[in-house]
Amino acid sequence: MNIPADLKYTSDHEWIKIDGDIATIGITDFAQSELGDIVYVEIETEGDNLEKGEVFGTVEAVKTVSDLFMPVKGEVIEVNDKIEASPESVNDNPYEDGWMIKVKLADMSQLDDLLSAEAYEAEVA
Amino acid sequence: MKEIALNNVHLKLGAKMVPFAGYNMPLQYTGLTHEHLAVRSGVGVFDVSHMGEFIVKGSGALDLIQKISTNDAATLEIGKVQYSCMPNGKGGIVDDLLIYKVGDEAYMLVVNASNIQKDWDWIQKNNTFKAELQDISDRTTLLAIQGPKASQAMKELTDIDLEEMVYYTFEKGKFAGVDNVLVSATGYTGSGGFEIYFNNEHAEKIWAAVMKAGKAFGIAPAGLGARDTLRLEKGFCLYGNDIDDTTSPIEAGLGWITKFTKDFVDSKVLKKQKENGITRKLAAFKMIDRGIPRKEYEIKDAGGNKIGVVTSGTSSPSLKLGIGMGYISKELSKVGMEVFIEIRGRQLKAEIVKLPFVK
Repeated sequence: MNIPADLKYTSDHEWIKIDGDIATIGITDFAQSELGDIVYVEIETEGDNLEKGEVFGTVEAVKTVSDLFMPVKGEVIEVNDKIEASPESVNDNPYEDGWMIKVKLADMSQLDDLLSAEAYEAEVA
Repeated sequence: MKEIALNNVHLKLGAKMVPFAGYNMPLQYTGLTHEHLAVRSGVGVFDVSHMGEFIVKGSGALDLIQKISTNDAATLEIGKVQYSCMPNGKGGIVDDLLIYKVGDEAYMLVVNASNIQKDWDWIQKNNTFKAELQDISDRTTLLAIQGPKASQAMKELTDIDLEEMVYYTFEKGKFAGVDNVLVSATGYTGSGGFEIYFNNEHAEKIWAAVMKAGKAFGIAPAGLGARDTLRLEKGFCLYGNDIDDTTSPIEAGLGWITKFTKDFVDSKVLKKQKENGITRKLAAFKMIDRGIPRKEYEIKDAGGNKIGVVTSGTSSPSLKLGIGMGYISKELSKVGMEVFIEIRGRQLKAEIVKLPFVK
């Protein structure tokens, strides 16, 4: 199970990469492996201000569908268009090509609630 | 939770195991799409040992089978298999099953894992013919070796002429050095191949031989996930989804295995349905809008009125689009008609099509 040490995580199996006040968000290696072959990712919340825990999209695998939850509060400023044409990149490379959205963080203090790589690893072990 | 004989073999292969009908079963190995396409174009092997097998023997065996099943088992010869179903006395279906004629007065019934106990009780209850019944499910391993290259890949393992075997026939013989393996030209994928039945004690040996013989043909171990998408592309019914205790075989499109050449449980009711016509039927649809239909999603008309419910749905790995089935009134489910599937609050367009989805 690949859990990069430099990222933050949630119990909903999302990863968050912080760069200033911008968070890049995707799903973890564990999540993609649980979902199986991903057929498409539907995200229609670009430009929306969403609360933490709100649904920002859905991911459809052959056998199952799963909602994507905002791990932080903020504005969705960018959606990864490339995963529309190649959703399999979420399976193949969930932490790089398979990223899903970029969010402008409403405040920085909320980052304290996120899990470290060690804490997330303990959850999925 | 029951454990199948090859449990550890699957774990070693990295299978994702899931509880299914009381057994831990492989859901997938490398990935559903890969496994699906391997079966469609080459060869794959499924462990489906969770399935149930009953032996029915004795002078009353045929009478019992004729009473409980819709197809006409009197037409079976030794070495032939028949697809059939068991009505429940209320016009619904107890289970669908395969009937093997293994001897003069001996049959093997292959039933769904989730229904083993229910079927056993039902058959016992109807056994006024003193037929001898035996449940051999727990000691039987069943491998489905499926795909267009299955016979070519497996022929070195047996003297049985796999390439000449006719669909829905079987032979008993030596397979991978093991005597008395039942090799059946059947399957649930629509891509050809075999199902082989043998005692659990030989499971590891036969599995290893199958994987080795299949290696040059790119054999893929395949799980229940691919089994489901493969069967749905062909429009094969799944008990618990497309047929159950509330659906009639006529509505389900199983009129072809419902033969009124004999009396059986519900034969009068079903005959009437066939003669007078039915009001709803199991219809197949493909998505026009992008979306994946799934079990229990609502089917609607253009006006937003609910006209049915999805019984099976998936993204077709071969077609790369959403496909599904569901019961819809006959007038609203003619081929070419437009229906709508409600997917997360949106009504997405679909079109009624003929089965199979994939030829």
